[in-house]
Amino acid sequence: MKRHNFKSKSKLLEWIGEKFIAINALAAVLAIFLIFIFIFKESIPLFTDSEIQEEVTVERMTFKQEWYEGRDAKYSWQPNSEVPKYSLMPLFVGTIKAALIAMLFAVPLGVGAAVYSAEFANRRMREFIKPVIEMLAGIPSVVLGFFSLIVLASFLQSTFGFVFRLNATNAGIALGVAVIPIVFTVAEDAMTTIPQSLRDAALALGATPWQVSLTVVLPAALPGIASGIVLGFGRAIGETMIVLMASGNAAIISGNFADSIRTISATIAAELAEVVFGGAHYSVLFFLGSLLFVFTFLINLGGDYILGRLKERYQGRTL
Amino acid sequence: MTKKIIIAGFILTLAAGMVAAGSSITIKGSDTLVRLGQRWAEEYMKLNQDAVIQVSGGGSGTGIAALLNGSTDVCEASRDMKEKEHKLAEQKGITPYRISVALDGIAVFLHEENAVADLTLAQLKGIYTGSVTNWKEVGGPDQRIILYGRENNSGTYAFFKEHVLDKEDYADHTQTLPGTAAVVNAVAQDKNGIGYGGLAWASGVKFAGVKVDDTSKAVLPSAESVSEGHYPISRDLYWFFNGKPTGELQKLVNWALSEEGQKISEEIGYVPLSRKKAEANMVK
Amino acid sequence: MNTLTRAAADRTSEKVKKIVEARGTSGGHLPRTITLLAVAIIVAMLAVILGNVILGGYHIISWDFLSSPPENGMEEGGIFPAIFGTVALVLLMTIAVVPVGVMTALYLHEYTRPDSKMTRVIRMAINNLAGVPSIVFGLFGLGFFIGFVGHNMDNMFFSDQGPVWGQPAIIWASLTLAILTLPVVIIATEEALRSIPRELREASLALGATRLQTIRRVVLPQALPGILTGAILAVSRGAGEVAPIMFTGAAYYLPYLPEKLNDQFMELGYHIYVMATQSPDVEKTKPILYGTVLVLLVLTFLLNFTAILLRSRMRSRRVNV
Repeated sequence: MKRHNFKSKSKLLEWIGEKFIAINALAAVLAIFLIFIFIFKESIPLFTDSEIQEEVTVERMTFKQEWYEGRDAKYSWQPNSEVPKYSLMPLFVGTIKAALIAMLFAVPLGVGAAVYSAEFANRRMREFIKPVIEMLAGIPSVVLGFFSLIVLASFLQSTFGFVFRLNATNAGIALGVAVIPIVFTVAEDAMTTIPQSLRDAALALGATPWQVSLTVVLPAALPGIASGIVLGFGRAIGETMIVLMASGNAAIISGNFADSIRTISATIAAELAEVVFGGAHYSVLFFLGSLLFVFTFLINLGGDYILGRLKERYQGRTL
Repeated sequence: MTKKIIIAGFILTLAAGMVAAGSSITIKGSDTLVRLGQRWAEEYMKLNQDAVIQVSGGGSGTGIAALLNGSTDVCEASRDMKEKEHKLAEQKGITPYRISVALDGIAVFLHEENAVADLTLAQLKGIYTGSVTNWKEVGGPDQRIILYGRENNSGTYAFFKEHVLDKEDYADHTQTLPGTAAVVNAVAQDKNGIGYGGLAWASGVKFAGVKVDDTSKAVLPSAESVSEGHYPISRDLYWFFNGKPTGELQKLVNWALSEEGQKISEEIGYVPLSRKKAEANMVK
Repeated sequence: MNTLTRAAADRTSEKVKKIVEARGTSGGHLPRTITLLAVAIIVAMLAVILGNVILGGYHIISWDFLSSPPENGMEEGGIFPAIFGTVALVLLMTIAVVPVGVMTALYLHEYTRPDSKMTRVIRMAINNLAGVPSIVFGLFGLGFFIGFVGHNMDNMFFSDQGPVWGQPAIIWASLTLAILTLPVVIIATEEALRSIPRELREASLALGATRLQTIRRVVLPQALPGILTGAILAVSRGAGEVAPIMFTGAAYYLPYLPEKLNDQFMELGYHIYVMATQSPDVEKTKPILYGTVLVLLVLTFLLNFTAILLRSRMRSRRVNV
């Protein structure tokens, strides 16, 4: 074997290689940082530019405004008007309504299916359910929006006699379909990683399998299930295409779930193309984007935290 | 291996950057006009093999914003530019040059089975601002009126608001849809629906005759009633440029205004300009 | 000794099973039935959606449909440009995301300790990136890539012309999607790296190789199926997202295929969105719409299926080692 004196050279290469990899590894951090900066940067004029503040202020975005003299004060989102109106309340209400319906639909189905898969199903059933859920997760949201717009809306209207064909329930159910895989996966994961020793102990004490599930597994997995619900909610809040296509896009505040809604994400998607860079409308849309970003950030943080604590409790290791 | 891919990609980018300045024409804007713009682009490219034109919609507001942002050559708009937009254009160093390329009537769409046949301008205003909420108030059945409209970046939205609603706001519960086609589809499926949009789009719905007031005759929107000025809600459809168009752009717009171009516009349902007006609009 | 214990253990667990079964099911069959019902509803929903799309679209799928451009104002013809655009888009995205994602996973797994601060920061960033709504990515693509990077590139190199890079372009759309799918690639690669036994690395190091050499010659080749899985999942996700590309490059009618990096492009998902909401004659274009949806779905499912196959083969291989 020849003796090369390549030690120093390879040390340098090694060092460069490691640093190169390390720099690239910071890409994710850089990306989140940049997103944060650029989204917030474009909403700052709302707070600093006086010309923009003639058109819209945070106060006007939050509270009922008497837009025209002598008329009732109301929440109104009409950015392209003689008097531009930027109340964010209808958009918040719309977003929450859609997400609520989605969760009402997705949580029973997702958690129920997870319980079946973790506690009752035999091996073959589990091998069947898993691909079904993965296929559901693989459906692009634009396809779900398409389905909701063309098929589901007509079905719901003829079954329940809705006044508005495109409404919160229509979009909410399609949203729920998108959220089910998230809830199922996290909940099922939580239940199957309960140590077998816990189940065995309960069985040894004389419990039936269902009693084990009900009294030992479910309570132990509750943080995991909760985390799945929280993550699903985060997804429902931020989802765009489904609500853009199927919710009617009317900015109204009402308690009726068969009324149309306008969500934050759909508003951004529908109006972003038409804003002139730097105007008031532009800043408001980026401000909405910042709110969405912060809100989903917090929701995901919460969900991950709960999940992390659960893992810690049962597996003795942090993420 | 991955390093090679990265380097190759980098070189590609640089090379592309050098070749990037292309000579294609971008047309953006009004959804009312987009079919016409596409058709004109198709036919023009057939006659001029090396012309490259790309067309997209998004609403008049989108087109105007694109013109002001400098990201389009031609802005299709179904309304005129607002004062605010003119001011912004000045700030950004853009000089909008407007050419009327076609006429249009904003039709009011009703479901084919709707008992109501005509509406006055005042009734339309009442319906769309939310003060008239039931069909029986305008001669129809006792049913809630379901309003369908456009997104607020639409020229059709803005024109209707200015001329029929007298600049008042639409009722909050108006369902906002992203294109005249979507409005037509919605009304075609909803017995109690009412919608508005460019005349060139209707299929599966019927037009409402529009009366200026209670005593005048109801006029149905059509190529004749619009070009002769009888239909109360008529408008020009515009192409906006940055400065007077020259070169390929000038050829394009003059071709669109020629007999050939205007005939195509008529074929697909738009209202052509009179020969006199078209000649006057051409860029010399 | 082992076989003796094994047989005895099997007999015991058989006995235990019989004892447990003899206890019967408390709560009756209700819990099982209800949860089974949940599964059935989910399966039914999937079947309805898939069935509707397949029935609505299969009769229009033909070689012609897949290979010719749209004609007559989008009311006839095929969807080839959309297919081409989608492929070009995800190709560029993959070139951007796979190297970065793999290197991130390598760094996390090979170079740092699991509880170091750097690891925690990077992991937090990844988790958050995974949760950002797709429309926020669209905003970012518009504000950062087009408004900042592209705009400044124009000012520096092309100040005498109209916008060259500061407008919607396929390069910006793919970079936006690359950031969106970064977590997918990282997580899949990490799973692959975890499945490689430590002994392999230690053996390589013991033979005198440096860490980098170990990675290059031992770890990466072993991890290739997992990396491939990640790339495929990223492609599947990227092909389906519409909100990030709506303002960063997708267009509805283009008479040419994207050739340069700053061209716009047609795309399957965006095409579905525009056709479903803005088509001039919905009845006439419904077959095309369904056909496009079917093509996108088939594409997505094929990709996911391949990834799942790869992943299960990788897992079974791990057991054998």
